[in-house]
Amino acid sequence: MAPKALDYESLNENVKKVQYAVRGELYLRASELQKEGKKIIFTNVGNPHALGQKPLTFPRQVVALCQAPFLLDDPNVGLLFPADAIARAKHYLSMTSGGLGAYSDSRGIPGIRKEVAEFIGRRDEYPSDPELIFLTDGASKGVMQILNTIIRGEGDGVLVPVPQYPLYSAAISLFGGSLVPYYLEETANWGLDVNDLRHAVFQARSKGITVRAMVIINPGNPTGQCLSEANLREILHFCYQENLVLLGDEVYQQNIYQDERPFISARKVLMDMGPPISKEIQLVSFHTVSKGYWGECGQRGGYFEMTNIPPQTVDEIYKVASISLSPNVPAQIFMALMVNPPKPGDISYEQYIRESKGILESLRRRARIMTDGFNSCRNVVCNFTEGAMYSFPQIRLPPKAIDAAKKAGKVPDVFYCLKLLEATGISTVPGSGFGQKEGVFHLRTTILPAEEDMPAIMASFKKFNDEFMDEYDDHRGYSRM
Amino acid sequence: MRRFVIGRAKSLLNRSYQYHCQDQALLRPLAPSHSRFLSSTPGLDSSSTSSASSMAPPVSLDTINPKVLECEYAVRGEIVTLAQRLQDELKAKPGSQPFDEILYCNIGNPQSLGQQPIAFFREVIALCDHPSILDKSETQGLFSADAIERAWQILDQIPGRATGAYSHSQGVKGLRDTIAAGIEARDGFPANPNDIFLTDGASPAVHMMMQLLIRSEKDGMLCPIPQYPLYSASIALHGGSLVPYYLDEATGWGLEISELKKQLEDAKSKGITVRALVVINPGNPTGQVLAEDNQRAIVEFCKQEGLVLLADEVYQENVYVPEKKFHSFKKIARSMGYGEEDICLVSFQSVSKGYYGECGKRGGYMEVTGFSPEVREQIYKVASVNLCSNISGQILASLVMSPPKVGDESYESYSAEKDGILSSLARRAKTLEDAFNNLEGVTCNKAEGAMYLFPRIRLPQKAIKAAEAAKKAPDAFYCQRLLNATGVVVVPGSGFGQVPGTWHFRCTILPQEDKIPAIVSRLTEFHKSFMDEFRD
Repeated sequence: MAPKALDYESLNENVKKVQYAVRGELYLRASELQKEGKKIIFTNVGNPHALGQKPLTFPRQVVALCQAPFLLDDPNVGLLFPADAIARAKHYLSMTSGGLGAYSDSRGIPGIRKEVAEFIGRRDEYPSDPELIFLTDGASKGVMQILNTIIRGEGDGVLVPVPQYPLYSAAISLFGGSLVPYYLEETANWGLDVNDLRHAVFQARSKGITVRAMVIINPGNPTGQCLSEANLREILHFCYQENLVLLGDEVYQQNIYQDERPFISARKVLMDMGPPISKEIQLVSFHTVSKGYWGECGQRGGYFEMTNIPPQTVDEIYKVASISLSPNVPAQIFMALMVNPPKPGDISYEQYIRESKGILESLRRRARIMTDGFNSCRNVVCNFTEGAMYSFPQIRLPPKAIDAAKKAGKVPDVFYCLKLLEATGISTVPGSGFGQKEGVFHLRTTILPAEEDMPAIMASFKKFNDEFMDEYDDHRGYSRM
Repeated sequence: MRRFVIGRAKSLLNRSYQYHCQDQALLRPLAPSHSRFLSSTPGLDSSSTSSASSMAPPVSLDTINPKVLECEYAVRGEIVTLAQRLQDELKAKPGSQPFDEILYCNIGNPQSLGQQPIAFFREVIALCDHPSILDKSETQGLFSADAIERAWQILDQIPGRATGAYSHSQGVKGLRDTIAAGIEARDGFPANPNDIFLTDGASPAVHMMMQLLIRSEKDGMLCPIPQYPLYSASIALHGGSLVPYYLDEATGWGLEISELKKQLEDAKSKGITVRALVVINPGNPTGQVLAEDNQRAIVEFCKQEGLVLLADEVYQENVYVPEKKFHSFKKIARSMGYGEEDICLVSFQSVSKGYYGECGKRGGYMEVTGFSPEVREQIYKVASVNLCSNISGQILASLVMSPPKVGDESYESYSAEKDGILSSLARRAKTLEDAFNNLEGVTCNKAEGAMYLFPRIRLPQKAIKAAEAAKKAPDAFYCQRLLNATGVVVVPGSGFGQVPGTWHFRCTILPQEDKIPAIVSRLTEFHKSFMDEFRD
């Protein structure tokens, strides 16, 4: 009999190299425990609806009507759906060629891309071209597409922040490229120093790597920091000088919890810089319906917008998109509704605003509760969550704990997080899943558990942590930066 | 004629110039001449920016991944762009063309051509999208009772009833249970929900398998010629080699094991490790439904040669001839006594085809059997990077695999809709097949299943010369003339592969039945005048 066709040994090496901790060891262990009947609080992934956040009413009404257009013919439809939802459903259905069940244009429905462009235009005060906007099944697919277009082989490097959302490291592994890390400075609020960038590029080049692109995540994941306009300018200048395409992951642009640094898009800053630079720096910006106050992760809706990418390259990207035929149509409608929500005067406006504000203000409060809760522990230092959905506290582990981890064959933060999980049911992701400086440990949790559950969760964490420290602390000093 | 085997470019730049110099039907066109607000970088990509570095911009044609340049997908290729331009012209100036409308027969997209969705499925999906109306009394008046019940059942399987949350990366467990039960009911052999990976359509699942299996250009995948070009594109994107096996047009697109063996040996002698065999059943573009003993021989072949069997079964519900029936490869393998230890088998299914035609929803799954736990872990890991497929599509996949049963309130209407669509498809398949066979120099095999016809056109020498002069492949030349004269969009056979020197095109059977007579007469008229012009 012939050898097995698909042995582990004969798999694509790049696949084997991929790591994606967000649904890795901790998550799998948590799922096991859940099956055994333990109550688990999943804070491993930015998945708001899974933790009780309700979907906004208006988009669900519109999409339900689009899914079942026969409702629109029913005289009683007004009993269940407001008139503006009905009108919107008709509006979006008219943009499709055959309703939600037909493949759309591979870039997404033109009318919806136009609404996205208009949104970007209002946000940034510069016009945006719908032809350069591609809707995708979630922002992740868009990121993968763009990285696959850029990466030719391991000689190609992509600058990625550390800590980073591990989609980037996973995608770079999968496509056989090289990840070029640039470290964010925890003591400076996860700030970015251009000198570090230069150094990272220099090191990469000395290894023979051609650095092609730079990823920024703004607001940051897992770190939450919001880049200032000055920061963005520096980054853009840097990309210009080093001939890098800037990949701007801006999926958390609606999640801002401080007022000093509101969200400003990389594109706006680029346009503000004026020609020639504004016509030369290549930029791809990503957005999604999964985050913000919408949290519609399960829909898989996203887009990327290209700036200064040559037409022939756009065509190649279009070609690859066409192989997958089209992004899912219901999510395209979610995206349209997100960029074009109810306006003042619309029947559903007040409810929409009330629901949205409620969610955002609560997120802001939870960001504070969590940060303060972590900082109240003697061995934990936590930067404030300025934006996004996560808290990324630094856990200072005593040498005894690190030894115990080694004995258990685990990385120290994994060891800590597993113990935290077993003791409290809180499922986090160890900092090693995102990258961190050597010898410094973190965990990532989300700020998404219901507000009323937060105090108990933080208390539970503190109790575990203090007991952990009692067990392992010998007051000789902690791991520190 | 496209090269299939060992297609890696020698040099990136050469390839990119070659690619643009050849004017094949397969090429993606230059961007349409819509205005661009932003002045993009000028002209050709190799023009340098005024940045400190004088290198080409990071993302330009000569600096992007060459595999992206290499892959092709004719289904949405050049001819479609031309059609869209004509459609715009027609809209701007009605009467400017010799036809009233463009008819897109290039793509298996039933609902874009008027096919109605299955009402029960849409009812359930709408309720799952907006569950807060489930409690309202008015809902009873607008939705059927069994749709409401099914929605409740599904929502109870979703943690927190949160359809907006990421699910398990393989898909919601309860939905996979339903699908597994559906597979078992279909095949008479058990299915394990943990073998199922729900994906955004079947295509991403195919990509995942290619990614897993292809290590380098030395890894080959046996693919039917003609094939659905997802396979060739995916193999190119992942840097592997396509090893073609030719289906036999003379025997209704038959699949001969001897041909498989021959191509396998041939590839081996060239230093290629053949990893898998792709079989599309029912076939696309060819429409043949494999006979059971054929399937058994294929299973045996894969087992003997240690190949993964990739069974694209997305057209399993599209069978139009009474003498043939769909049998899944899993059923065949199990009925031969072959279990997990004997054969690695991946079956792909989709919500886009069948009688449901829900292309825009992007729902599908792969059922993966015969793999070791370590390999399954890797598949899971890759799936997890994208978190999960869209929930609505997952729900739809479960509905497709467990539709209304006899006795359910919606059963009769569901059944009528389904039978109506399938019988209409069968009629259209026959009408178009006959119409093509009546054209001079054209022969067309029967479409036993799927959604396409793939007629062979014998082009006179004059036509071939005219095509050469126009720098087009002969079948692309014919298809463009057909488009310009009739507004009907079909895909040249070179997009799917064909025996060199033969020409075909793929036409769907999807335009609504009332449009078919007009299509037939326009096509017939066009063909006659084409032959009058070019007859030797």
